[in-house]
Amino acid sequence: MPQNWLLSSRRRALQERAAIVQAVRRFFVAHDYLEVETPLRIPAPAPESYIDAIPADGWFLQTSPELCMKRLLAAGYGHIFQISHCWRKAERGRLHSPEFTMLEWYRADSTYTDLMHECEALIRAVAADTNRPSKFEWQGKPVDLVSPWQRISVSEAFATLAPVTMDEALAAGSFDEVMVTYIEPRLGTPRPTLLYDYPASRAALARLKADNPCLAERFELYIAGLELANGFSELIDAEEQRARFESEEAYRRSLGRQPYPTPTRFLEELSDMPPSAGIALGIDRLAMVLIGAGSIDEVLAFPPEEL
Amino acid sequence: MYTVSDLRKGLTIVIDGDPHVVTTFEFVKPGKGQAMYRTRLRNMITGAITDRTYRSGDSFEQATLDRRNMQYLYKDEHNYYFMDNDNYEQVAIEEDALGDAKNYLKDSITVDVLFFRGHAIGVDAPTFVNLRVVEASPWAKGDTSSTDSRLVKVETGYELRVPPFVGEGELIQIDTRTGQYVTRVKD
Repeated sequence: MPQNWLLSSRRRALQERAAIVQAVRRFFVAHDYLEVETPLRIPAPAPESYIDAIPADGWFLQTSPELCMKRLLAAGYGHIFQISHCWRKAERGRLHSPEFTMLEWYRADSTYTDLMHECEALIRAVAADTNRPSKFEWQGKPVDLVSPWQRISVSEAFATLAPVTMDEALAAGSFDEVMVTYIEPRLGTPRPTLLYDYPASRAALARLKADNPCLAERFELYIAGLELANGFSELIDAEEQRARFESEEAYRRSLGRQPYPTPTRFLEELSDMPPSAGIALGIDRLAMVLIGAGSIDEVLAFPPEEL
Repeated sequence: MYTVSDLRKGLTIVIDGDPHVVTTFEFVKPGKGQAMYRTRLRNMITGAITDRTYRSGDSFEQATLDRRNMQYLYKDEHNYYFMDNDNYEQVAIEEDALGDAKNYLKDSITVDVLFFRGHAIGVDAPTFVNLRVVEASPWAKGDTSSTDSRLVKVETGYELRVPPFVGEGELIQIDTRTGQYVTRVKD
């Protein structure tokens, strides 16, 4: 028996994880997506209020490959996907590791509703391709991957699951707290939930709804209470994107967070980007749900504390 | 002062003048939202349980506790009893106040008993404790856990996952900070 029995005991989880990643790749190849690799260390991450990048020799480790992938879209690469490592400072818990694996994909001439369908198709295909039943339990909650999945707007979710409305929570500054306490634990069981139409203030890079500019065309996927993916119709108005970045960056600095330079090239090229939709899905969490792991550590070869 | 990044199970902090121990701790962060640190705290004086949510930037006062090295004697229905081997003084501590430390209280083990203003309010187990496996479930590849390990019970009644090669009657070392198996120990 090797000295590191814990690492050796994860063999089955790591094999199953690898099979899942391979099935994800097959799905995108079969759907004519181009697999791309963008740099992990970048000069200017997208400023977001509550996500912190880790500095790396004057630049930063990416918190997501979003900006580089959008520059590819702007240059005419219409269907692209990437599986890459991302870093988010100080995010550590049962469901978080500061270094994790993200699947991100983008499609031109599409909206967030197209992505909701594709997201559903992807996970059902991966489950089938890795010989998993479509009905199972995760952390005591029943899951049934059969279509159609539940679609519910954020404001409906507040109205039916929380003691306050979405507007009341936003006014009271308790949106996130109500979300994790009352709403998230009840989503995605048995059918996965696509939670859509977030308040505009919660989507720095998403397009606002044409008929209601208080809401953004953004959605999240939940399975058994676990948040797996975040997607949206992309904002392609360069001027508006610049203004949003400036206000996010000003907010970040007011909180004393690490200042970022402006992602100038991204903003310059954004006007070339066709109407598109993009989504990021946590590969570690997908593996957790499908394998039945309660903690992200069970699907990582090396959780940070074991390095 | 502690910050939210110091929060962990077993940390003792002062809230409204009373020492509290963190009994459960969870990092939560909704998509693109603010990080939150959900804790359940036990007032070490009154035993009252409170749930509190903290955010990054919050800080905590460290509880100053006195420690005395004492030997575990026995337990009855409600309490665990410890003795100071220098002056033979005995103290009783309620089971609830011991938290996870009770998993490591084997006969005659020496531990640090924590005192707040003269009252014994808790116990710090040594970082590593050797305990004997008294029950081992049969191990089969493909059981419900995602890892290849087996569930065993040790002499204190505590249950944990260990490598499949660890059998009944064997002595194992446990890290009391994590509750996890470290290695087999030769008798």
